Amino acid sequence: MKYICLGYIKPGTFEGMTEDERNAVLDECFEHNDHLRANGHVVSELALQPPETALTLYWKNGKVATTDGPYAETKEQLGGILILEARDLNHAVQLISQLPGFKYGLGPIEIRPAADLNEMTQASQQRRRQNAAH
Amino acid sequence: MQLAFHHGLLAAIAATQVSAVSTSLRAIARVQVAGVARAQLCRATPFASFALVLTVPQHVSRTIEALYRSESGLVLATLVRLLGDLDLAEEAMHEAFAAALESWPRTGIPDRPRPWLISTARFKAIDRIRRRARFDATQRDLAVYVEARINDARLDDEEIEDDRLRLIFTCCHPALPPEGQVALTLREICGLTTEEIARAFLVTPATLAQRIVRVKAIIRDRAIPYQVPVPQELSARLGAVLQVVYLIFNEGYTAEATGHELSREAIRLGRLLLDLLPEPEVMGLLGLMLLHESRRAARSSPDGDLILLEQQDRSLWSRDQIAEGISLTEGALRSRRFGAYSLQAAIAAVHAESASAASTDWRQITLLYDQLLQVQPSPVVELNRAVAIAMCEGPEQGLCLIDELLAREQLSHYHLAHSARAELCRRLGRIPEACASYEKALALARKEPERRFLVRRLAELKQQ
Repeated sequence: MKYICLGYIKPGTFEGMTEDERNAVLDECFEHNDHLRANGHVVSELALQPPETALTLYWKNGKVATTDGPYAETKEQLGGILILEARDLNHAVQLISQLPGFKYGLGPIEIRPAADLNEMTQASQQRRRQNAAH
Repeated sequence: MQLAFHHGLLAAIAATQVSAVSTSLRAIARVQVAGVARAQLCRATPFASFALVLTVPQHVSRTIEALYRSESGLVLATLVRLLGDLDLAEEAMHEAFAAALESWPRTGIPDRPRPWLISTARFKAIDRIRRRARFDATQRDLAVYVEARINDARLDDEEIEDDRLRLIFTCCHPALPPEGQVALTLREICGLTTEEIARAFLVTPATLAQRIVRVKAIIRDRAIPYQVPVPQELSARLGAVLQVVYLIFNEGYTAEATGHELSREAIRLGRLLLDLLPEPEVMGLLGLMLLHESRRAARSSPDGDLILLEQQDRSLWSRDQIAEGISLTEGALRSRRFGAYSLQAAIAAVHAESASAASTDWRQITLLYDQLLQVQPSPVVELNRAVAIAMCEGPEQGLCLIDELLAREQLSHYHLAHSARAELCRRLGRIPEACASYEKALALARKEPERRFLVRRLAELKQQ
């Protein structure tokens, strides 16, 4: 099963550390990621630039409008995404529980199972084929 | 479990007997009635994308997947003993399988994969503990301790054989809440995934996952050991294990149309347990489950309506399961150390051997209930005994006993007591009383098939 793990971070967490502290946290985190990767658990991972770099698009008065900044103004902001391969939800919980970021107070992580859209896409393909035939 | 089905008497007693033992447990666990979804419960393996990345040849990845299904339970149980920690063991096991995916394409598949996997997992665990200690000084003593423990552990076949039994006793430890025992046993022993168990019990995977996280935390915090109980405690602790197995079975039993996966899982677990610990009550429970399961095809209509024993097409009963169930039950009774499960199995066996409801030996069933009451006094068993007495001595005698039971108020909220009373009144021609009791039963019944049955009965009576 694939699980999408959304890592949140309190802005300013790293800025409050000395360089040595910061390096120690980063080394431990990266080493743990290497370990997850070496065991085939990491399908993909991406880090996000800080929330102030975000641009949010939405629909307003019949056209797309934009605002700068993230969509949700929460205390913790999305900082990274990890797609994890695990046997089941408890296995994912266990792998994520060991991320060193927790003990350094980086922020919560939300685990969401990947949705299987196979049936939906097949049904949609069929509808589109039928529409095209008419 | 049967009475109900047997004789038309007890409306939906369907569940009665099945839950004679586990009624209270069930209440505590508040496990919801299983309506196992269509999806098959199957052993998931977490290696699909890793095998693709590594471009592992298909015959190797298939072998590893097959090994994962057949060996992971055993390997996990041994690692739990070595490492003394369920989470660490699980992780080390996955690392060993990942290592197999990486190295077997080069080195070939070892002749004895299990020792290879266990030994690799040991190294991986040591490696993991050392790495933790490198970043966290407080882990250093622990690392030294675990390493010594791993190195000293016995790894002969006999020890390894017993490891699953140790793990079963831990999963069913009385310090754990019943719903946690069930979830943990299904996951760690039967190899079901969190998602599969959640589906079977109609809860969300997130709820079930938290249940498992909590129960693992209790094991850790209370330092519940991974061991088979000492002989003085064995009987009581085995009782807790059997209760978990039976609870799993009953969840599958009540979900008529789709619950067979859980029942099958419970029967598999019963077989494993009998293999590891050939005690009479284990035999009795396995016999009991097989005898109930033998009637699965006959006990509900295609629409999911209950079919009482009296009306069941007995040619649909599985002869193989009956034969095996009876032989196990006989073995348990011969030991003379049998208990409540074996006696319930004996009752089920009497039904299984009867060509029809009318030719059933109700006298013998009554005697078996007398014995069961001595071993396990319970109002539900008394109710079933009352029904058996009604069958051999007449409805009046049965009704008398049921009224006594209801007067004690222990069963006044039990719908099956009221539906049994209603049925006996009906047979005696006391129609208004029968209607009143069916109404009470209907007000208390929760399961749809049982409610439909009661509604049908009431409609029939009101037409008379």
